[in-house]
Amino acid sequence: MDPTLVGQGLLSGFLFGGVYSLMAVGLTLIFGVMRVVNFAHGDMMVWGMYLAWLLSVRAGIDPYLGFVVCAGALFLLGLVIQRGFVERIVDAPHEMQILLMLGVALVLENAALVAFGPDPARVRSPLSQGTVWIGPLFVDVARLLTFGLAMVLTAALWLFLTRTELGRSMRAAADNPYGARVIGADVRRVYAAAFGVGAACVGGILVSVAESMGAVFLSPSMKELVSFGLLIAILLFRPAGLFGRTAS
Amino acid sequence: MSLVKLLVLLAVAMLAALPWVVGSYLVTVMIFIFFYAYLGQAWNIVGGYAGQLSAGHAAFVGIGGYASALLSMRLGLSPWIGMWIGGVLAAALGAVIGYLGFRFGLRGFYFVLLTVAFAEICRVIALNVDAVGGALGLYITFTGNPRQFQFQDNRAYYYVALVLMLAATAVVREIERRRFGAYLTAIRQDESACEALGVDTLRVKMLAMILSSFLTGLGGTFYAYYLFSLQPNAVFGIPLSVEIVIRPIVGGAGTVMGPLLGSFILSPLAELSRTYLAQSGWTGVHLIVYGLLLIAVVLFLPQGAYPALRRLARRRA
Repeated sequence: MDPTLVGQGLLSGFLFGGVYSLMAVGLTLIFGVMRVVNFAHGDMMVWGMYLAWLLSVRAGIDPYLGFVVCAGALFLLGLVIQRGFVERIVDAPHEMQILLMLGVALVLENAALVAFGPDPARVRSPLSQGTVWIGPLFVDVARLLTFGLAMVLTAALWLFLTRTELGRSMRAAADNPYGARVIGADVRRVYAAAFGVGAACVGGILVSVAESMGAVFLSPSMKELVSFGLLIAILLFRPAGLFGRTAS
Repeated sequence: MSLVKLLVLLAVAMLAALPWVVGSYLVTVMIFIFFYAYLGQAWNIVGGYAGQLSAGHAAFVGIGGYASALLSMRLGLSPWIGMWIGGVLAAALGAVIGYLGFRFGLRGFYFVLLTVAFAEICRVIALNVDAVGGALGLYITFTGNPRQFQFQDNRAYYYVALVLMLAATAVVREIERRRFGAYLTAIRQDESACEALGVDTLRVKMLAMILSSFLTGLGGTFYAYYLFSLQPNAVFGIPLSVEIVIRPIVGGAGTVMGPLLGSFILSPLAELSRTYLAQSGWTGVHLIVYGLLLIAVVLFLPQGAYPALRRLARRRA
Protein backbone atom coordinates (compact mmCIF):
# COMPACT_ATOMS: atom_id res chain seq x y z
CA MET A 1 0.00 0.00 0.00
CA ASP A 2 1.49 3.33 -1.10
CA PRO A 3 1.87 5.55 2.00
CA THR A 4 1.36 8.73 -0.08
CA LEU A 5 -1.93 7.37 -1.32
CA VAL A 6 -3.04 6.52 2.21
CA GLY A 7 -1.96 9.95 3.44
CA GLN A 8 -3.80 11.62 0.58
CA GLY A 9 -6.91 9.60 1.36
CA LEU A 10 -6.72 10.48 5.04
CA LEU A 11 -6.26 14.17 4.30
CA SER A 12 -9.10 14.35 1.78
CA GLY A 13 -11.34 12.33 4.04
CA PHE A 14 -10.53 14.59 6.96
CA LEU A 15 -11.25 17.80 5.06
CA PHE A 16 -14.45 16.47 3.60
CA GLY A 17 -15.37 15.14 7.01
CA GLY A 18 -15.49 18.75 8.18
CA VAL A 19 -18.18 19.46 5.61
CA TYR A 20 -20.14 16.34 6.53
CA SER A 21 -19.90 17.29 10.17
CA LEU A 22 -21.52 20.64 9.47
CA MET A 23 -24.42 18.88 7.78
CA ALA A 24 -24.61 16.52 10.72
CA VAL A 25 -24.52 19.40 13.20
CA GLY A 26 -27.63 20.81 11.55
CA LEU A 27 -29.34 17.43 11.67
CA THR A 28 -28.37 16.90 15.29
CA LEU A 29 -29.62 20.31 16.31
CA ILE A 30 -33.06 19.50 14.95
CA PHE A 31 -33.04 15.98 16.37
CA GLY A 32 -31.60 17.02 19.71
CA VAL A 33 -34.12 19.75 20.31
CA MET A 34 -37.27 18.18 18.88
CA ARG A 35 -36.52 14.44 18.64
CA VAL A 36 -37.57 14.61 15.00
CA VAL A 37 -35.24 13.16 12.38
CA ASN A 38 -35.09 15.49 9.42
CA PHE A 39 -35.19 12.95 6.60
CA ALA A 40 -35.35 15.88 4.18
CA HIS A 41 -31.95 17.20 5.28
CA GLY A 42 -30.10 16.13 2.15
CA ASP A 43 -32.89 17.42 -0.05
CA MET A 44 -32.76 20.81 1.64
CA MET A 45 -29.06 20.78 0.92
CA VAL A 46 -29.80 20.16 -2.76
CA TRP A 47 -31.78 23.40 -2.83
CA GLY A 48 -28.96 25.23 -1.05
CA MET A 49 -26.50 24.01 -3.64
CA TYR A 50 -28.72 24.87 -6.60
CA LEU A 51 -29.29 28.31 -5.13
CA ALA A 52 -25.53 28.83 -4.89
CA TRP A 53 -25.29 27.68 -8.50
CA LEU A 54 -28.09 30.01 -9.65
CA LEU A 55 -26.50 32.95 -7.86
CA SER A 56 -23.15 32.25 -9.43
CA VAL A 57 -24.42 31.56 -12.96
CA ARG A 58 -27.17 34.17 -13.17
CA ALA A 59 -25.94 36.93 -10.88
CA GLY A 60 -22.23 36.23 -10.99
CA ILE A 61 -21.94 36.04 -7.22
CA ASP A 62 -19.01 33.92 -6.08
CA PRO A 63 -20.33 30.82 -4.30
CA TYR A 64 -18.13 31.57 -1.32
CA LEU A 65 -20.06 34.81 -0.83
CA GLY A 66 -23.38 33.46 -2.04
CA PHE A 67 -23.53 31.01 0.82
CA VAL A 68 -24.76 33.79 3.12
CA VAL A 69 -27.81 34.20 0.89
CA CYS A 70 -28.19 30.42 0.67
CA ALA A 71 -28.08 30.03 4.43
CA GLY A 72 -30.70 32.76 4.80
CA ALA A 73 -32.96 31.14 2.21
CA LEU A 74 -32.59 27.72 3.80
CA PHE A 75 -33.38 29.23 7.20
CA LEU A 76 -36.67 30.44 5.74
CA LEU A 77 -37.34 27.06 4.12
CA GLY A 78 -36.69 25.32 7.44
CA LEU A 79 -38.99 27.78 9.20
CA VAL A 80 -41.81 27.13 6.73
CA ILE A 81 -41.44 23.34 7.01
CA GLN A 82 -41.35 23.55 10.81
CA ARG A 83 -44.38 25.85 11.13
CA GLY A 84 -46.33 24.18 8.35
CA PHE A 85 -45.76 20.49 9.04
CA VAL A 86 -43.33 19.41 11.72
CA GLU A 87 -44.98 21.42 14.48
CA ARG A 88 -48.14 19.34 14.10
CA ILE A 89 -46.38 16.02 14.54
CA VAL A 90 -43.76 16.74 17.21
CA ASP A 91 -45.68 14.53 19.64
CA ALA A 92 -46.86 11.95 17.07
CA PRO A 93 -45.38 8.43 16.92
CA HIS A 94 -41.99 8.07 15.22
CA GLU A 95 -43.53 6.32 12.23
CA MET A 96 -45.72 9.30 11.44
CA GLN A 97 -42.79 11.72 11.76
CA ILE A 98 -40.67 9.59 9.45
CA LEU A 99 -43.40 9.37 6.84
CA LEU A 100 -44.04 13.10 6.95
CA MET A 101 -40.36 13.94 6.54
CA LEU A 102 -40.12 11.35 3.77
CA GLY A 103 -42.98 13.16 2.03
CA VAL A 104 -41.22 16.50 2.40
CA ALA A 105 -38.01 14.92 1.10
CA LEU A 106 -39.76 13.50 -1.98
CA VAL A 107 -41.34 16.85 -2.79
CA LEU A 108 -38.11 18.85 -2.36
CA GLU A 109 -35.96 16.38 -4.25
CA ASN A 110 -38.24 15.96 -7.21
CA ALA A 111 -39.17 19.62 -7.39
CA ALA A 112 -35.45 20.23 -7.85
CA LEU A 113 -35.38 17.55 -10.54
CA VAL A 114 -38.27 19.19 -12.37
CA ALA A 115 -36.87 22.70 -11.91
CA PHE A 116 -33.22 22.07 -12.80
CA GLY A 117 -33.28 18.86 -14.85
CA PRO A 118 -31.22 15.70 -14.38
CA ASP A 119 -27.92 17.04 -15.77
CA PRO A 120 -25.23 17.81 -13.21
CA ALA A 121 -24.43 21.48 -12.64
CA ARG A 122 -21.04 22.76 -11.53
CA VAL A 123 -20.32 25.74 -9.36
CA ARG A 124 -17.05 27.41 -10.30
CA SER A 125 -15.25 29.92 -8.19
CA PRO A 126 -12.02 31.71 -9.14
CA LEU A 127 -11.03 31.11 -5.53
CA SER A 128 -11.10 27.37 -6.02
CA GLN A 129 -8.84 26.88 -9.03
CA GLY A 130 -5.56 26.23 -7.28
CA THR A 131 -4.04 23.40 -5.31
CA VAL A 132 -1.65 23.60 -2.37
CA TRP A 133 1.12 21.07 -1.86
CA ILE A 134 1.97 19.89 1.63
CA GLY A 135 5.07 17.77 1.08
CA PRO A 136 3.96 14.96 -1.21
CA LEU A 137 0.26 15.58 -0.55
CA PHE A 138 -1.91 18.06 -2.39
CA VAL A 139 -5.04 19.87 -1.24
CA ASP A 140 -7.69 21.61 -3.31
CA VAL A 141 -8.03 25.24 -2.27
CA ALA A 142 -11.80 24.80 -2.64
CA ARG A 143 -11.83 21.95 -0.20
CA LEU A 144 -9.63 23.79 2.26
CA LEU A 145 -11.88 26.88 2.10
CA THR A 146 -15.01 24.79 2.53
CA PHE A 147 -13.46 23.01 5.48
CA GLY A 148 -12.48 26.32 7.08
CA LEU A 149 -15.96 27.70 6.52
CA ALA A 150 -17.54 24.61 8.02
CA MET A 151 -15.37 24.94 11.12
CA VAL A 152 -16.16 28.66 11.50
CA LEU A 153 -19.90 28.00 11.17
CA THR A 154 -19.77 25.14 13.67
CA ALA A 155 -17.92 27.38 16.14
CA ALA A 156 -20.48 30.15 15.58
CA LEU A 157 -23.28 27.69 16.25
CA TRP A 158 -21.60 26.58 19.46
CA LEU A 159 -21.31 30.19 20.59
CA PHE A 160 -24.96 30.74 19.69
CA LEU A 161 -26.06 27.74 21.73
CA THR A 162 -24.01 28.58 24.82
CA ARG A 163 -23.92 32.39 24.84
CA THR A 164 -27.27 33.68 23.58
CA GLU A 165 -30.68 33.67 25.21
CA LEU A 166 -32.31 31.85 22.29
CA GLY A 167 -29.53 29.28 22.17
CA ARG A 168 -29.84 28.60 25.87
CA SER A 169 -33.62 28.22 25.58
CA MET A 170 -32.98 25.75 22.80
CA ARG A 171 -30.81 23.62 25.01
CA ALA A 172 -33.34 23.91 27.79
CA ALA A 173 -36.13 22.77 25.47
CA ALA A 174 -33.99 19.85 24.31
CA ASP A 175 -33.38 18.81 27.89
CA ASN A 176 -36.93 19.15 29.12
CA PRO A 177 -39.60 20.88 27.02
CA TYR A 178 -42.02 21.12 29.92
CA GLY A 179 -39.44 22.64 32.25
CA ALA A 180 -38.42 25.10 29.55
CA ARG A 181 -42.03 26.21 29.22
CA VAL A 182 -42.32 26.61 32.98
CA ILE A 183 -39.40 29.01 33.14
CA GLY A 184 -40.92 31.07 30.33
CA ALA A 185 -39.17 29.90 27.18
CA ASP A 186 -41.36 30.11 24.09
CA VAL A 187 -40.84 26.49 23.06
CA ARG A 188 -42.71 26.92 19.81
CA ARG A 189 -40.40 29.74 18.77
CA VAL A 190 -37.40 27.77 19.95
CA TYR A 191 -38.42 24.79 17.79
CA ALA A 192 -38.88 27.00 14.78
CA ALA A 193 -35.47 28.60 15.27
CA ALA A 194 -33.81 25.24 15.80
CA PHE A 195 -35.26 23.87 12.58
CA GLY A 196 -34.28 27.00 10.72
CA VAL A 197 -30.73 27.05 12.00
CA GLY A 198 -30.43 23.33 11.35
CA ALA A 199 -31.47 23.84 7.76
CA ALA A 200 -29.25 26.90 7.39
CA CYS A 201 -26.19 24.83 8.28
CA VAL A 202 -26.53 22.80 5.11
CA GLY A 203 -27.06 25.97 3.09
CA GLY A 204 -23.38 26.63 3.47
CA ILE A 205 -22.29 23.46 1.73
CA LEU A 206 -20.97 24.22 -1.72
CA VAL A 207 -18.78 21.59 -3.23
CA SER A 208 -19.76 17.97 -3.37
CA VAL A 209 -17.17 15.34 -4.14
CA ALA A 210 -16.72 12.69 -1.48
CA GLU A 211 -13.51 10.79 -1.02
CA SER A 212 -12.56 8.76 1.97
CA MET A 213 -10.35 5.97 3.12
CA GLY A 214 -12.81 3.42 1.76
CA ALA A 215 -11.84 4.55 -1.73
CA VAL A 216 -8.19 3.79 -1.13
CA PHE A 217 -8.56 0.36 0.37
CA LEU A 218 -11.57 -0.82 -1.60
CA SER A 219 -12.72 -0.04 -5.10
CA PRO A 220 -14.08 3.53 -5.15
CA SER A 221 -17.72 2.51 -5.38
CA MET A 222 -17.45 -0.01 -2.57
CA LYS A 223 -16.59 2.73 -0.07
CA GLU A 224 -20.28 3.20 0.66
CA LEU A 225 -20.22 -0.25 2.22
CA VAL A 226 -17.86 1.08 4.88
CA SER A 227 -20.27 3.88 5.76
CA PHE A 228 -23.28 1.58 5.94
CA GLY A 229 -21.40 -1.08 7.85
CA LEU A 230 -20.32 1.55 10.34
CA LEU A 231 -23.89 2.80 10.60
CA ILE A 232 -25.20 -0.69 11.41
CA ALA A 233 -22.46 -1.27 13.97
CA ILE A 234 -23.19 2.02 15.73
CA LEU A 235 -26.93 1.41 15.66
CA LEU A 236 -26.42 -1.93 17.35
CA PHE A 237 -23.68 -1.18 19.84
CA ARG A 238 -23.72 2.56 20.51
CA PRO A 239 -27.30 3.69 19.79
CA ALA A 240 -26.74 6.92 21.71
CA GLY A 241 -23.81 7.71 19.41
CA LEU A 242 -20.07 7.22 19.79
CA PHE A 243 -19.80 9.83 22.53
CA GLY A 244 -23.35 9.71 23.81
CA ARG A 245 -24.27 8.35 27.18
CA THR A 246 -26.65 5.42 26.99
CA ALA A 247 -30.05 6.37 28.28
CA SER A 248 -30.81 4.61 31.53
CA MET B 1 -73.43 -17.22 2.17
CA SER B 2 -72.95 -13.81 3.69
CA LEU B 3 -73.25 -10.60 1.71
CA VAL B 4 -69.56 -9.79 2.15
CA LYS B 5 -68.50 -13.16 0.75
CA LEU B 6 -70.82 -12.70 -2.19
CA LEU B 7 -69.41 -9.25 -2.91
CA VAL B 8 -65.84 -10.54 -2.72
CA LEU B 9 -66.65 -13.39 -5.10
CA LEU B 10 -68.31 -10.96 -7.48
CA ALA B 11 -65.29 -8.63 -7.40
CA VAL B 12 -62.90 -11.52 -8.07
CA ALA B 13 -65.06 -12.75 -10.94
CA MET B 14 -65.10 -9.27 -12.43
CA LEU B 15 -61.32 -8.95 -12.14
CA ALA B 16 -60.93 -12.38 -13.75
CA ALA B 17 -63.10 -11.39 -16.70
CA LEU B 18 -61.63 -7.91 -17.11
CA PRO B 19 -58.68 -8.61 -19.49
CA TRP B 20 -61.06 -10.08 -22.05
CA VAL B 21 -63.04 -6.85 -22.14
CA VAL B 22 -60.51 -4.01 -21.91
CA GLY B 23 -57.49 -3.07 -24.01
CA SER B 24 -53.88 -4.06 -23.53
CA TYR B 25 -52.78 -0.79 -21.88
CA LEU B 26 -55.35 -1.12 -19.13
CA VAL B 27 -54.26 -4.73 -18.57
CA THR B 28 -50.71 -3.46 -18.04
CA VAL B 29 -51.92 -0.86 -15.54
CA MET B 30 -53.90 -3.56 -13.72
CA ILE B 31 -50.81 -5.77 -13.54
CA PHE B 32 -48.95 -2.98 -11.77
CA ILE B 33 -51.87 -2.41 -9.43
CA PHE B 34 -51.97 -6.11 -8.46
CA PHE B 35 -48.22 -6.45 -8.16
CA TYR B 36 -47.72 -3.40 -5.94
CA ALA B 37 -50.77 -4.38 -3.91
CA TYR B 38 -49.08 -7.76 -3.42
CA LEU B 39 -45.80 -6.19 -2.28
CA GLY B 40 -47.70 -3.76 -0.05
CA GLN B 41 -49.65 -6.65 1.47
CA ALA B 42 -46.41 -8.52 2.19
CA TRP B 43 -44.96 -5.40 3.85
CA ASN B 44 -48.22 -4.93 5.74
CA ILE B 45 -47.53 -7.99 7.91
CA VAL B 46 -44.45 -6.55 9.58
CA GLY B 47 -44.82 -2.86 8.74
CA GLY B 48 -48.55 -2.50 9.20
CA TYR B 49 -49.76 -5.08 11.73
CA ALA B 50 -46.59 -5.29 13.83
CA GLY B 51 -45.80 -1.59 13.32
CA GLN B 52 -42.11 -2.23 12.55
CA LEU B 53 -41.47 0.30 9.82
CA SER B 54 -39.16 -1.43 7.36
CA ALA B 55 -37.93 0.96 4.70
CA GLY B 56 -35.69 -1.61 3.04
CA HIS B 57 -38.16 -4.07 1.59
CA ALA B 58 -36.73 -3.49 -1.88
CA ALA B 59 -33.80 -5.66 -0.80
CA PHE B 60 -36.11 -8.69 -0.62
CA VAL B 61 -37.52 -8.02 -4.09
CA GLY B 62 -33.96 -7.74 -5.39
CA ILE B 63 -32.71 -10.91 -3.73
CA GLY B 64 -35.73 -12.91 -4.89
CA GLY B 65 -35.43 -11.61 -8.45
CA TYR B 66 -31.66 -12.01 -8.70
CA ALA B 67 -31.78 -15.52 -7.22
CA SER B 68 -34.35 -16.92 -9.62
CA ALA B 69 -32.86 -15.12 -12.64
CA LEU B 70 -29.31 -16.30 -11.89
CA LEU B 71 -30.43 -19.86 -11.14
CA SER B 72 -32.24 -19.95 -14.46
CA MET B 73 -29.42 -18.34 -16.46
CA ARG B 74 -26.54 -20.29 -14.94
CA LEU B 75 -28.07 -23.64 -14.00
CA GLY B 76 -31.14 -23.74 -16.20
CA LEU B 77 -33.41 -24.07 -13.21
CA SER B 78 -36.98 -23.05 -13.96
CA PRO B 79 -38.03 -19.78 -12.26
CA TRP B 80 -41.11 -21.62 -11.03
CA ILE B 81 -38.74 -23.50 -8.70
CA GLY B 82 -36.21 -20.66 -8.41
CA MET B 83 -38.82 -18.29 -7.03
CA TRP B 84 -39.14 -20.40 -3.89
CA ILE B 85 -35.37 -20.43 -3.42
CA GLY B 86 -35.40 -16.64 -3.90
CA GLY B 87 -38.14 -16.37 -1.31
CA VAL B 88 -36.17 -18.47 1.17
CA LEU B 89 -33.02 -16.37 0.62
CA ALA B 90 -35.02 -13.18 1.12
CA ALA B 91 -36.50 -14.67 4.29
CA ALA B 92 -32.97 -15.48 5.49
CA LEU B 93 -31.93 -11.85 5.04
CA GLY B 94 -35.17 -10.79 6.71
CA ALA B 95 -34.31 -13.04 9.64
CA VAL B 96 -30.85 -11.46 9.98
CA ILE B 97 -32.21 -7.89 9.82
CA GLY B 98 -35.09 -8.77 12.13
CA TYR B 99 -32.89 -10.50 14.66
CA LEU B 100 -30.40 -7.64 14.82
CA GLY B 101 -33.12 -5.01 14.96
CA PHE B 102 -35.42 -6.72 17.44
CA ARG B 103 -32.80 -8.35 19.63
CA PHE B 104 -30.99 -5.05 20.05
CA GLY B 105 -34.29 -3.29 20.64
CA LEU B 106 -34.09 -0.81 17.77
CA ARG B 107 -37.39 1.00 17.51
CA GLY B 108 -38.82 3.79 15.38
CA PHE B 109 -36.33 5.49 13.14
CA TYR B 110 -33.41 3.38 14.42
CA PHE B 111 -35.10 0.36 12.88
CA VAL B 112 -35.78 2.35 9.71
CA LEU B 113 -32.09 3.22 9.44
CA LEU B 114 -31.10 -0.42 9.97
CA THR B 115 -33.38 -1.68 7.20
CA VAL B 116 -32.28 1.07 4.80
CA ALA B 117 -28.62 0.35 5.55
CA PHE B 118 -29.04 -3.35 4.73
CA ALA B 119 -30.89 -2.61 1.50
CA GLU B 120 -28.20 -0.13 0.46
CA ILE B 121 -25.47 -2.66 1.21
CA CYS B 122 -27.25 -5.16 -1.05
CA ARG B 123 -27.48 -2.50 -3.74
CA VAL B 124 -23.78 -1.64 -3.57
CA ILE B 125 -22.80 -5.32 -3.64
CA ALA B 126 -25.05 -6.01 -6.65
CA LEU B 127 -23.56 -2.97 -8.41
CA ASN B 128 -19.98 -4.06 -7.85
CA VAL B 129 -19.91 -7.84 -8.09
CA ASP B 130 -19.56 -8.74 -11.75
CA ALA B 131 -20.60 -12.37 -11.15
CA VAL B 132 -24.16 -11.13 -10.60
CA GLY B 133 -24.12 -8.69 -13.49
CA GLY B 134 -22.49 -5.68 -11.81
CA ALA B 135 -23.61 -2.21 -12.81
CA LEU B 136 -25.15 -3.51 -16.05
CA GLY B 137 -27.58 -5.70 -14.16
CA LEU B 138 -29.16 -8.83 -15.57
CA TYR B 139 -31.09 -9.14 -18.78
CA ILE B 140 -33.39 -12.07 -19.36
CA THR B 141 -33.82 -13.23 -22.94
CA PHE B 142 -37.41 -13.53 -23.97
CA THR B 143 -38.41 -17.02 -25.02
CA GLY B 144 -42.12 -16.86 -24.37
CA ASN B 145 -41.90 -20.29 -22.74
CA PRO B 146 -44.42 -20.60 -19.88
CA ARG B 147 -42.09 -23.10 -18.16
CA GLN B 148 -39.56 -20.27 -17.93
CA PHE B 149 -42.12 -17.93 -16.32
CA GLN B 150 -42.49 -16.14 -19.66
CA PHE B 151 -45.68 -15.60 -21.56
CA GLN B 152 -46.52 -14.36 -25.04
CA ASP B 153 -49.80 -12.99 -23.80
CA ASN B 154 -49.88 -10.08 -21.37
CA ARG B 155 -53.06 -11.59 -19.88
CA ALA B 156 -51.09 -14.50 -18.45
CA TYR B 157 -49.03 -12.04 -16.37
CA TYR B 158 -52.29 -10.44 -15.37
CA TYR B 159 -53.56 -13.68 -13.87
CA VAL B 160 -50.26 -14.46 -12.16
CA ALA B 161 -50.26 -11.00 -10.54
CA LEU B 162 -53.93 -11.35 -9.59
CA VAL B 163 -53.29 -14.72 -7.94
CA LEU B 164 -50.28 -13.30 -6.07
CA MET B 165 -52.35 -10.41 -4.74
CA LEU B 166 -55.30 -12.59 -3.74
CA ALA B 167 -53.06 -15.19 -2.10
CA ALA B 168 -51.19 -12.60 -0.03
CA THR B 169 -54.48 -11.02 0.97
CA ALA B 170 -55.83 -14.43 2.03
CA VAL B 171 -52.68 -14.99 4.10
CA VAL B 172 -53.03 -11.61 5.82
CA ARG B 173 -56.72 -12.19 6.46
CA GLU B 174 -55.93 -15.56 8.01
CA ILE B 175 -53.24 -13.93 10.20
CA GLU B 176 -55.68 -11.30 11.34
CA ARG B 177 -58.17 -13.93 12.49
CA ARG B 178 -55.61 -15.90 14.45
CA ARG B 179 -53.95 -15.29 17.78
CA PHE B 180 -50.77 -14.38 15.89
CA GLY B 181 -52.53 -11.39 14.33
CA ALA B 182 -53.75 -10.22 17.70
CA TYR B 183 -50.18 -10.42 19.02
CA LEU B 184 -48.93 -8.33 16.12
CA THR B 185 -51.53 -5.63 16.70
CA ALA B 186 -50.76 -5.68 20.41
CA ILE B 187 -47.06 -5.19 19.69
CA ARG B 188 -47.85 -2.23 17.47
CA GLN B 189 -50.06 -0.63 20.07
CA ASP B 190 -47.94 -1.18 23.18
CA GLU B 191 -45.01 -3.49 22.98
CA SER B 192 -44.03 -3.29 26.64
CA ALA B 193 -47.56 -4.08 27.81
CA CYS B 194 -47.71 -6.97 25.36
CA GLU B 195 -44.46 -8.35 26.72
CA ALA B 196 -45.64 -7.90 30.28
CA LEU B 197 -48.63 -10.12 29.46
CA GLY B 198 -46.23 -12.92 28.57
CA VAL B 199 -46.08 -12.70 24.78
CA ASP B 200 -42.72 -13.68 23.33
CA THR B 201 -42.54 -10.48 21.28
CA LEU B 202 -39.14 -11.26 19.78
CA ARG B 203 -40.44 -14.54 18.36
CA VAL B 204 -43.66 -12.96 17.07
CA LYS B 205 -41.83 -10.09 15.40
CA MET B 206 -39.28 -12.47 13.88
CA LEU B 207 -42.06 -14.62 12.41
CA ALA B 208 -43.74 -11.53 10.96
CA MET B 209 -40.47 -10.33 9.43
CA ILE B 210 -39.61 -13.74 7.97
CA LEU B 211 -43.05 -14.25 6.46
CA SER B 212 -43.10 -10.72 5.09
CA SER B 213 -39.65 -10.96 3.51
CA PHE B 214 -40.42 -14.42 2.11
CA LEU B 215 -43.53 -13.16 0.32
CA THR B 216 -41.69 -10.06 -0.90
CA GLY B 217 -38.91 -12.30 -2.21
CA LEU B 218 -41.41 -14.37 -4.22
CA GLY B 219 -42.55 -11.11 -5.79
CA GLY B 220 -38.98 -10.52 -6.98
CA THR B 221 -39.33 -13.35 -9.49
CA PHE B 222 -42.45 -11.79 -10.95
CA TYR B 223 -40.63 -8.45 -11.19
CA ALA B 224 -37.68 -10.06 -13.01
CA TYR B 225 -39.76 -12.04 -15.48
CA TYR B 226 -42.28 -9.34 -16.18
CA LEU B 227 -39.74 -6.57 -16.85
CA PHE B 228 -36.99 -8.88 -18.24
CA SER B 229 -34.27 -6.90 -16.57
CA LEU B 230 -32.86 -6.38 -13.10
CA GLN B 231 -30.95 -3.17 -12.40
CA PRO B 232 -29.27 -2.87 -8.98
CA ASN B 233 -30.41 0.72 -8.48
CA ALA B 234 -33.97 -0.11 -9.48
CA VAL B 235 -34.54 -3.31 -7.50
CA PHE B 236 -32.47 -2.58 -4.38
CA GLY B 237 -32.87 1.20 -4.32
CA ILE B 238 -34.73 3.36 -1.83
CA PRO B 239 -37.32 4.45 -4.45
CA LEU B 240 -38.69 0.90 -4.74
CA SER B 241 -38.84 0.63 -0.95
CA VAL B 242 -40.86 3.84 -0.91
CA GLU B 243 -43.20 2.42 -3.56
CA ILE B 244 -43.74 -0.65 -1.39
CA VAL B 245 -44.33 1.30 1.82
CA ILE B 246 -46.51 4.10 0.51
CA ARG B 247 -49.44 2.02 -0.76
CA PRO B 248 -50.40 0.32 2.50
CA ILE B 249 -49.81 3.58 4.37
CA VAL B 250 -52.10 5.56 2.10
CA GLY B 251 -54.68 2.77 2.00
CA GLY B 252 -54.47 1.91 5.68
CA ALA B 253 -51.57 0.03 7.28
CA GLY B 254 -52.57 -2.87 9.48
CA THR B 255 -55.84 -3.55 7.64
CA VAL B 256 -56.55 -6.36 5.15
CA MET B 257 -57.88 -4.05 2.47
CA GLY B 258 -55.47 -1.14 3.01
CA PRO B 259 -52.68 -2.22 0.62
CA LEU B 260 -55.20 -3.08 -2.12
CA LEU B 261 -57.01 0.22 -1.78
CA GLY B 262 -53.69 2.11 -1.66
CA SER B 263 -52.50 0.38 -4.80
CA PHE B 264 -55.76 1.03 -6.65
CA ILE B 265 -55.36 4.71 -5.78
CA LEU B 266 -51.64 5.15 -6.37
CA SER B 267 -50.56 2.70 -9.08
CA PRO B 268 -52.74 4.18 -11.87
CA LEU B 269 -51.55 7.63 -10.79
CA ALA B 270 -47.91 6.56 -10.99
CA GLU B 271 -48.46 4.74 -14.27
CA LEU B 272 -50.26 7.66 -15.92
CA SER B 273 -47.73 10.25 -14.83
CA ARG B 274 -44.90 7.98 -15.89
CA THR B 275 -46.46 7.51 -19.32
CA TYR B 276 -47.56 11.06 -20.00
CA LEU B 277 -45.42 13.34 -17.87
CA ALA B 278 -42.08 11.56 -18.11
CA GLN B 279 -42.19 11.78 -21.90
CA SER B 280 -42.46 15.55 -21.77
CA GLY B 281 -39.48 15.82 -19.44
CA TRP B 282 -41.45 15.96 -16.18
CA THR B 283 -39.69 12.98 -14.72
CA GLY B 284 -40.08 13.67 -11.03
CA VAL B 285 -43.70 14.74 -11.00
CA HIS B 286 -45.26 11.49 -9.79
CA LEU B 287 -42.81 11.45 -6.89
CA ILE B 288 -43.84 15.00 -5.97
CA VAL B 289 -47.42 13.73 -5.94
CA TYR B 290 -46.33 10.83 -3.69
CA GLY B 291 -44.65 13.27 -1.34
CA LEU B 292 -47.69 15.50 -1.13
CA LEU B 293 -49.93 12.46 -0.58
CA LEU B 294 -47.69 11.20 2.23
CA ILE B 295 -47.78 14.60 3.92
CA ALA B 296 -51.55 14.83 3.51
CA VAL B 297 -52.12 11.31 4.84
CA VAL B 298 -49.95 11.92 7.91
CA LEU B 299 -51.62 15.24 8.69
CA PHE B 300 -55.24 14.41 7.88
CA LEU B 301 -55.71 10.63 7.64
CA PRO B 302 -53.04 9.09 9.86
CA GLN B 303 -54.79 5.70 9.75
CA GLY B 304 -55.12 5.63 5.98
CA ALA B 305 -57.96 5.74 3.49
CA TYR B 306 -59.62 2.40 4.24
CA PRO B 307 -60.43 3.02 7.94
CA ALA B 308 -61.69 6.49 6.95
CA LEU B 309 -63.98 4.98 4.29
CA ARG B 310 -65.32 2.45 6.80
CA ARG B 311 -66.12 5.18 9.29
CA LEU B 312 -67.89 7.08 6.55
CA ALA B 313 -69.89 4.01 5.53
CA ARG B 314 -70.87 3.28 9.12
CA ARG B 315 -72.07 6.82 9.62
CA ARG B 316 -74.27 6.49 6.52
CA ALA B 317 -75.74 3.18 7.68
